[in-house]
Amino acid sequence: MQSRRLLKDRIASKLMMLLTIFSGLIVFVMAFGLYQRSRPILAIKPLAELLFSTSWHPLRGEFGFFPFIMGSLWVTGVALAIAVPLCLLTAIYLSQYAHRRVREWTNPLIDLLAGIPSVVYGMWGILIIVPLIKNDIAPFFGIFSTGYSVIAGSIVLAIMIFPIIIHVSVEVFRSVPYEVSEASLALGATKWQTVKHVVIRKAMPGVIAAIVLGLSRAFGETMAVLMVAGNVAEAPSSVFDPAYPLPALIANNYGEMLSVPLYDSALLLASLVLLLVVLFFNIISRVILIRVERSIQ
Amino acid sequence: MSRRNIEENVFKGLMVVSTLIILSTLVLILATVTVKGLPALNLAMITQTPKGGYYLGKEGGVLNAIVGSLYLAGGATLLAISISLVVVLYLNVYAKKDSHLAAFTRFSFDVLWGIPSIVYGAFGFTIMIFFGLRTSLLAGIIAVSLLILPIMSRAMDEVIRMVPEELFDASYALGATRLETAFKVIARQALPGILTAVLVAFGRGIGDAASVIFTAGFTDSIPYSLFRPAATLPLAIFFQLGTPIPEVQDRAYASALILTVIILIISVVSRILTKKFTKHIVK
Repeated sequence: MQSRRLLKDRIASKLMMLLTIFSGLIVFVMAFGLYQRSRPILAIKPLAELLFSTSWHPLRGEFGFFPFIMGSLWVTGVALAIAVPLCLLTAIYLSQYAHRRVREWTNPLIDLLAGIPSVVYGMWGILIIVPLIKNDIAPFFGIFSTGYSVIAGSIVLAIMIFPIIIHVSVEVFRSVPYEVSEASLALGATKWQTVKHVVIRKAMPGVIAAIVLGLSRAFGETMAVLMVAGNVAEAPSSVFDPAYPLPALIANNYGEMLSVPLYDSALLLASLVLLLVVLFFNIISRVILIRVERSIQ
Repeated sequence: MSRRNIEENVFKGLMVVSTLIILSTLVLILATVTVKGLPALNLAMITQTPKGGYYLGKEGGVLNAIVGSLYLAGGATLLAISISLVVVLYLNVYAKKDSHLAAFTRFSFDVLWGIPSIVYGAFGFTIMIFFGLRTSLLAGIIAVSLLILPIMSRAMDEVIRMVPEELFDASYALGATRLETAFKVIARQALPGILTAVLVAFGRGIGDAASVIFTAGFTDSIPYSLFRPAATLPLAIFFQLGTPIPEVQDRAYASALILTVIILIISVVSRILTKKFTKHIVK
């Protein structure tokens, strides 16, 4: 009896370890699987041509990702420009100024914002943001726009990355030891002066990690952007131009991709590129955050 | 008032305004979904499948998407639980505190958590081709379970880490093996937290469109087998919003409201569970 229980424990231990190792390797399996499927196109075209050619004509066998990469960069960049100042101010307020009760009220609301599905964001964008840009914002600058544009995508994206940037940076700001701020306050600095010169400086690496996490989330977000950014395969040159970011390209062509030769391979290569870019950003920010955590302990 | 006090107040004002802007976006989104969705919602909407094609037919509702989404998110959640629970218990019961495997697995979950859902969809598609599957409920379940695995595991890991060391000692002192300790003591102690993790993951799974667009497909009918395509609420919103017919667009608005209400319920229930859970934690 005794030995059977121990045997069970030992067998379970090995099986559980195998499953753990397997789940740790999923990232690699995904990268490998996508690489396998994108080999046919990599065998014919050099990677540089695929990434930097502007010619996207799948029927002629021309797969230039450049317009889509530019679309992604525009949408992500503008979204960050909108989100970062708002999020940092909010995070400083919640971590340094706000009463505990305010935090208890805002936390669940921000969590809820994170839980809203991206198609719902997209629908909201179509109903509210797109008409707003078409009828009010673009005419204000004397520009014609259908509303489906870089700026529409960016506004929706900015809202979608609020929660992650706020959440991580609040944690980081709160992890700055209170003694440090106390020293500054004791020298007669105002609260804001303390925040500006001491807290932000101390929290800088963590804040950068938070922003990078937001960036990678924005870079990979698909449905909402697909619904409001306009999807024209041309690199945008202004925020009122339509954009066609990489994830939108992948999602939008699932139907045709098996009927055109190399099309599926090109799209899975696009997924692989997306995976590697996001992986890169994620690893950087996670390593920073682990360092920050260690430096506190 | 001195300059630095003016600066103090200006920035404090900016912070409050930013916070209000961010919170008001939430209100605005929820209001839009409600205003558009509520008039579109009626009994036929939630008890009938679309008639005459989901893209053009004016009659019928979104039952296909409701049932499809529940099957899909439910199946994916079950699959993810069976992996997550085992892995997380292994990390916390068997693995040593400074084990490289544990550190590596946790890091890899953190990284997986950030990977966009469209990549899971594309990877799910490569699995589908590899096994010769067509777009089906099963393929969707596999893609979504991979998507929610890191979310569930991280959340479970966090609650199981909070289980006090003494509980392990007490269990071992009674002669229990690690396996018995893991599933009979630790998992039970952390049960409310585990349920929260499961709920959060389910919510994420039911709301995701990009991972199922390649894998689960879309259909007018309710799937009766794992190998049939399945409609989902997010895709019902996405496809039906794109039609020129107002009656069909109404189905999209109704789907959005249903989906949002599901997410709201999950969020409230998991808050309650978390509160209950932290009350009993020995600190």
